[in-house]
Amino acid sequence: MTRNSKFLSISSLFGFIFLYAPILSLIIYSFNKSKLVTVWGGWSVKWYVELFNNQQIIDAAIVSFKVAFITATLSVILGVLAGYVLSRMGKFPGKLIVSGWVSAPLIMPEVITGLSLLLLFVSLENLIGWPAGRGITTIIIAHTTFCMAYVAVIVQSRLSQMDDSLEEAAMDLGAKPQSLFFLITLPIISPAIISGWLLAFTMSLDDLVIASFVSGPGNSTLPMVIFSKIRLGVTPEVNALATIMILIVAIGVVAAMWQMRKKEKAL
Amino acid sequence: MTQETTIPLWKQDGAKPFIQIKNVTKKFGEFTAVDNVSLDIYENELFCLLGGSGSGKSTLLRILAGFEELTSGQVLIDGIDMANIEPWNRPINMMFQSYALFPHMTVAKNIAFGLKRDKVPKKEIELRVAEMLSMMQIEEFAHRKPDQLSGGQRQRVALARALIKRPKLLLLDEPLGALDKKLREETQFELVNIQDKLGVTFIVVTHDQEEAMTLATRIGVMGNGIITQVDEPRDVYEYPSSRFVAEFVGSINLFDGRIYEDDVEHVKIKSKKAGCNFFVNHGISCSPNQKVTVAIRPEKMKVTRRQPDQEYNCLYGQIVDIAYMGNLSIFRVKLKSGKIVRVTLPNLVRENRNPLTWDDFVYLAWDYDSSVVLTS
Repeated sequence: MTRNSKFLSISSLFGFIFLYAPILSLIIYSFNKSKLVTVWGGWSVKWYVELFNNQQIIDAAIVSFKVAFITATLSVILGVLAGYVLSRMGKFPGKLIVSGWVSAPLIMPEVITGLSLLLLFVSLENLIGWPAGRGITTIIIAHTTFCMAYVAVIVQSRLSQMDDSLEEAAMDLGAKPQSLFFLITLPIISPAIISGWLLAFTMSLDDLVIASFVSGPGNSTLPMVIFSKIRLGVTPEVNALATIMILIVAIGVVAAMWQMRKKEKAL
Repeated sequence: MTQETTIPLWKQDGAKPFIQIKNVTKKFGEFTAVDNVSLDIYENELFCLLGGSGSGKSTLLRILAGFEELTSGQVLIDGIDMANIEPWNRPINMMFQSYALFPHMTVAKNIAFGLKRDKVPKKEIELRVAEMLSMMQIEEFAHRKPDQLSGGQRQRVALARALIKRPKLLLLDEPLGALDKKLREETQFELVNIQDKLGVTFIVVTHDQEEAMTLATRIGVMGNGIITQVDEPRDVYEYPSSRFVAEFVGSINLFDGRIYEDDVEHVKIKSKKAGCNFFVNHGISCSPNQKVTVAIRPEKMKVTRRQPDQEYNCLYGQIVDIAYMGNLSIFRVKLKSGKIVRVTLPNLVRENRNPLTWDDFVYLAWDYDSSVVLTS
């Protein structure tokens, strides 16, 4: 037993080092005084100060947060509807295919999603004149297509855990199907909705590939700006920015997990 | 329960049934859950549907509530056909096995839910909820959420929520299933009192025959989607109509035999397995030489070491097992044919000087009117 647990703790230690050592070094180097990324010159927060004086980065951050917020909200609305249909429609012919369609964007390579959406937007613009050019709108639409799938999966799994008799009891007490959804189903799955929103928000904030395909000039998201900066050589400024991004994403993921845990306890 | 002096409705000729289930069949694909069931239930009854899992009892209950569509047949409540009436418009409420309390609402809000849907004025809702809380003795939990309640308290909330709309009919799906034994006994009597006080017709689904016995005015025994017998609890126990009912309700010893003397006043039955002949002091409709089953309850037998002075209904065997249950003891007696017979004896005295023990040879005898002859 003891040998076994020693083995377990050593292997988990290696696992964590493997996962987090690069991130840790990035965080440490973001406080580097030296202008050279690889040379340690003592502690400093000057790159953070410089970061907040960089208008290009601030603009990109505003675009990113705007996109993430709208994407998350749209994804929740569409994802809840999709998840509800999939878990409540019972068995209908082709259900497997439909549920496969809903979750396909989860496994679709981002390059393909990005490329196909770009082609769609271009031909739509030629045909009906909308969306005019590429910018925030197209990024939001593109992000919503894959974030919605995550929300749908989360909501569906929550709904399938829900006791069917709760909805039956509400019906039995006089609630019609439409009020039933808002009075019983929605409040009960609200933790899943919140965690779905947080997940969609972080995923949209994270995305580089799809956004690169569908964004237009002057509408770069934060990951796109970071990526373009790295091509010109890594500056400590990027380290500082990445550290902030990690912090935000980590808060989002932890909050989502915490919501899910709370939901499980309430069951 | 109905008063002793009045004749119960189901025994009166021409009494109008409150609920009429007519040739109801429900199929799930190929599987027939409820098979051509017809049943009349009268006002103020506390009717128990008793059956094992998969017997179709819950499906029948869900049909009444409107959650399952009929494959064929008809359900009338108070003379009205329920076919096109949605669950939320039926004068019925249901208490679910899982209680199905809304986890995001307080106890008071759970109870008020039904009235709010009916747009009852706020003042009246408050009044009726308060009344219900005090009747169920759960006032102190009014502002708690369901997950802060014990099983017994949840059961009361579920009952209160189902009763607040003053339904004509209350359906209860295993209402006491989740409670421990002691609480279950107390709640059984309480349930009967509430039913009596409110004058609501109850239909209870249960797999627990003891529960059915104490609660019911009448019991419907269900198996394989069919109602095999509908009778008052005593009759179901003492006069089971079939082998299925006899075995399902309580424990019973069964002996296969053949009628060799058939008279208007009595029947004599030969059984190889029993090692003796049976005498039943009433006639039964049967053909001579017909195969029948003689059924005798474990508590109806007398156990003696000396041979009793009776030619019929007397078994001889050796005690192979004894289970001391406190109030009574269960003996398993092995007959010459190898058949095991179950006998129960009350433990009338604290210390028995000459107790029956393992390997003792004993005679088991019973009166001519104690056994039941089953032809189906």
